[in-house]
Amino acid sequence: MNFKKQFNEGLLTKNPVTVQLLGMCSTLAITTSLFNGIGMGLAVTIITICSNVLISALRKVIPSQIRIAAYITIIAGFVTMVDLFLQAYIPALAESLGVFIPLIVVNCMVLGRAEAFASKNGVLASAVDGLCQGIGYTVALVVVCVVRELLGSGTFGGGLLGPGGAGITIIPQPFPAMQMVMPVGGFLILGVVLAGNQWLMKYLEKKNKKKEAAK
Amino acid sequence: MAGEILGIIIAAILSQNYILVKFYGICPFMGVSKKIDTALGMGMAVTFVMALASFACWLVYNFLLIPLNLVYMQTVAFILVIASIVQVVEMFLKKMVPALYKALGVFLPLITTNCAVLGVVLVNVQEGYDLLLSVLNGVAGGIGFTIAIVLFASVRERVNKSDCPESFKGYPITLIAAGLLALAFMGFSGLSIT
Repeated sequence: MNFKKQFNEGLLTKNPVTVQLLGMCSTLAITTSLFNGIGMGLAVTIITICSNVLISALRKVIPSQIRIAAYITIIAGFVTMVDLFLQAYIPALAESLGVFIPLIVVNCMVLGRAEAFASKNGVLASAVDGLCQGIGYTVALVVVCVVRELLGSGTFGGGLLGPGGAGITIIPQPFPAMQMVMPVGGFLILGVVLAGNQWLMKYLEKKNKKKEAAK
Repeated sequence: MAGEILGIIIAAILSQNYILVKFYGICPFMGVSKKIDTALGMGMAVTFVMALASFACWLVYNFLLIPLNLVYMQTVAFILVIASIVQVVEMFLKKMVPALYKALGVFLPLITTNCAVLGVVLVNVQEGYDLLLSVLNGVAGGIGFTIAIVLFASVRERVNKSDCPESFKGYPITLIAAGLLALAFMGFSGLSIT
């Protein structure tokens, strides 16, 4: 087990959002405030860890012909638990994420990790994988949220900071471009974030090559 | 009644388009939109499954979950219904309409994890539509999905040939193109019939 490698993969080189393009629906739909991004990220991380652990533990029992159906049922169970928990204890988050909490069931990232990792690896490694991929997902979500919220509403930390949870105003009204918190902005900003990620990976690659050449 | 029906159709196809306004089903939207033909095939398959799923899930919700007080299990129940519908449709087409099966074959398994299908079903429940309106919403949502994905495929065929900065090659420029398409669909947002 290689924790550092898994962490690096989850965060950058195999980031579920920016590289693998998994779980795009929630990435685009709910990234309008910091509160949403962190909440969604945490919910998906917890569900990925739990489902990875259970699927990994059951990987020798589940017949391979019906494995996808079995995985989806397991994931749906955890999603229902998280959904009910949020409705009971954090109703504000449950309301603002709305239908996208039950839709975590069909978030390709969770199923993707089950199929690609948990079905082949041990319980502990699968838990770590779920955690790393979840962190990568959360970080990507938060980056998109911060940019989108700043450009669209002119605030930072909406739902969490500032008076009444409205966020700290950075760009005063009426300057923020409202379109950025609408669907258009989601696509545009995620596109730019993806481009930034590709640039960063190329930059790091070049730097590594230079280092090797210097050796 | 007629006004309500028309309102649902227009909302599902244009002003509340499932992909470009509500962000359901982005994965197939990005994954299967490289060619117009395949995009059309995917759209048709999704429309078909959406209509069937709306119908079946309405029955399951009203005749099984509500009487048994199991409404909190709706997510699990719906995803199982959708997965089995996709499986049955796949087997049925393979046996009865091999030509259509060949055309749609590869897309069918993908539909299970298409959040547009589960999304439509959940919207039906949330809005409290009756059986007719649920199926109608499913069909109209599927048509909206098809329109968006086919339009996007034709845009994408051109985008891929264009010259753009190195870092934007591939998915980033594709997403930006999708953003412009979403901007165009924003023009429909004022359209509502109540």
